[in-house]
Amino acid sequence: MSSSTTDKQPAMPPVFGECPLPIFDHPQIVLGHGSGGKLSAELIEKVFVRRFRNATLEKMDDQAQIEIGGARLAFTTDSFVVTPIFFPGGDIGTLAVNGTVNDLAVGGAKPLYLAAAFILEEGLPAEELERVVDSMARAAASAGVQFVTGDTKVVNRGKGDKLFITTTGIGVLDRATQISADRARPGDRILLSGFIGDHGITILSQREGLEFESALQSDCAALNGLVGAMLDAAEAAGNLGGIRAMRDPTRGGVATVLNEMADRSRTGIVLRESEIPVREAVRGACEMLGLDPLYVANEGKLVAIVAPEIAGHVLAAMQNHPLGCDSRLIGEVVEAHPGMVLMKTSVGGTRVVDVLFGEQLPRIC
Amino acid sequence: MKYLDEYRNGEIAAKLVERIRRAQTKPWTIMEVCGGQTHSIVKNGIDHLLPEGIELVHGPGCPVCVTPLDMIDKAHAIARRTEVIFCSFGDMLRVPGSDGDLFSIKSRGGDVRVVYSPIDCLKIARANPYKEVVFFAIGFETTAPANAMLAWQARQMGLANVSLLVSHVLVPPAIEAILSSPENRVQGFLAPGHVCAVVGYREYEPLAARFHVPMVVTGFEPLDILEGVLMVVEQLESGRAEVENQYSRVLTRGGNIPAQDIIAKVFEVSDRKWRGVGTIPRSGFRLRDGFRALDAEHRFNVSAIDTREPEICIAGQILQGIKKPHDCPAFGTECTPQHPLGATMVSAEGACAAYYAYGRHLKGADLVSLEGGRA
Repeated sequence: MSSSTTDKQPAMPPVFGECPLPIFDHPQIVLGHGSGGKLSAELIEKVFVRRFRNATLEKMDDQAQIEIGGARLAFTTDSFVVTPIFFPGGDIGTLAVNGTVNDLAVGGAKPLYLAAAFILEEGLPAEELERVVDSMARAAASAGVQFVTGDTKVVNRGKGDKLFITTTGIGVLDRATQISADRARPGDRILLSGFIGDHGITILSQREGLEFESALQSDCAALNGLVGAMLDAAEAAGNLGGIRAMRDPTRGGVATVLNEMADRSRTGIVLRESEIPVREAVRGACEMLGLDPLYVANEGKLVAIVAPEIAGHVLAAMQNHPLGCDSRLIGEVVEAHPGMVLMKTSVGGTRVVDVLFGEQLPRIC
Repeated sequence: MKYLDEYRNGEIAAKLVERIRRAQTKPWTIMEVCGGQTHSIVKNGIDHLLPEGIELVHGPGCPVCVTPLDMIDKAHAIARRTEVIFCSFGDMLRVPGSDGDLFSIKSRGGDVRVVYSPIDCLKIARANPYKEVVFFAIGFETTAPANAMLAWQARQMGLANVSLLVSHVLVPPAIEAILSSPENRVQGFLAPGHVCAVVGYREYEPLAARFHVPMVVTGFEPLDILEGVLMVVEQLESGRAEVENQYSRVLTRGGNIPAQDIIAKVFEVSDRKWRGVGTIPRSGFRLRDGFRALDAEHRFNVSAIDTREPEICIAGQILQGIKKPHDCPAFGTECTPQHPLGATMVSAEGACAAYYAYGRHLKGADLVSLEGGRA
């Protein structure tokens, strides 16, 4: 963008007073730039936000909330690249539908329409593509959304990893919700909708070089029904605005999402490790590989920050929903240590739960 | 979870802390030798549980941290070669050398792969007969048996395209160096459980006697560590200096004999350079003559690479327990996991990285929020 402008107007002097572009000090993109950690944040801030800057974008929520002709809409997009494309509990197609539906739902929106763009690698068996698209159709029907437009490209063999899917979604904000990561206040409660790490560990267990036996399944699911039940409960308690912030903790996990909320709202967060549900198989795999389940991806969970007056109602509504029956109250928002997440550990100690720099790396021993 | 929950029980932890409190009459400085112990201490917040006057200092047992910079540069020089598939344990990938890390080499087209077991390299070598498969064999006695097994099996199978870049180090010579230093302030040790699971703890007995220092071979779960601290404090308070075994559910005095056999077949003791510390005599392993053909340093002619470390970094003193990460002026400012100046900031097990990730901000006022609030 900037280079083409320069080409056309070589004599244009730099605009006085404009901040210089923040320096992106990586000569190449590394895998960590896609990890959801500090490297991703740096990439987004220094390469994208700086150039696209506007008030809606700078909210940095999972979805943009916009107004068109008096209607409040939520708008989002997400690309899906996963190996293997089929895994226990889902496939790249279910991920592509549910991921975008969830990004809309956690903003309080009712998801309505999706667009899909496919990048297909030459040689991809047509049968596999059809299976994926069947899954997408089923997932869309089950989430109550429709695919209304799309695009397809084919790249040479070796130039893509079988199949990449980008989905874009639009939903309507039909209730007077005000959900954003910057709205957490001291005293608010933190709710988590169930067991963490299932998706990330399921995918890891299927990867080449690391096959291990496990009965785990991805938790991939559309969360708009669960969010609807939570909003109903808050509305019934007369405090819809009491649902302050919501995120689905995908890559980067629960730890990254909570750090974003603490940072955006300039509050502190305190967690209780003993309240955070982690399945035995996930804990076992994490122990073996030296990973921390707090940073492992989920595809069917949400974290909500809720006003204390309605926390009990909302939690009960979550627990009554099939996708939230293992929901727990895992901590609260505090005034101290703004921007930082602390955790009271199971043995009674205390630690900081920070954002990772890049990808979580297995430890040596 | 079996063998996990039992060792993370908060009530038992509180009882152990109380026993430490009752046993202790004066301040003591105790070193946990192993990076895995350091990681567990900060991850579980154990340092904040201990009574005042019990100071834990972090030892040299982080394999990534002590691998010298010139060895990292040798690894990178090999990994950049187009005919090479460079295999490594995951946490070596982000360790910066003089020019970037293995991730950046990968992003520029290098074939760098994370393996979970050195034996995976055999599969990679068979699948890629026209490539050179190089494994970065680092670590303490803990990783030595599996690394030795790679060399052994590669030779048995006649896989000519496998080699090892060896930078193996040993714990007892490092403990001896720490205790011999005039600046030493360590009064007792949590000896490394996994290292001793391989080689046993006979070698620690003469050290405990010679320097009159208690050593308790300790595991890695929170209750293991608290029990280890209690056993060291009880010895210190009663004037004893013995080697005791807290981790008896895993290891015996003699260690794992088949593991020791494979190490002895493949490796021999040699002098080794430690990052931040310098060369310690007879403190590591190199390949025996019969395996010299598998030595990547020779195969790729990188022996001459020699790199200086940044002078500001105090990693050497931290690895010896003389200073703590907070004592470094660069800690958390010039030196972060994103831009590490030294060894101890690079691995999750390194003392500086562990402090940075889990404990750097913790001050008294912040801890109050954990006690006061309910949800």
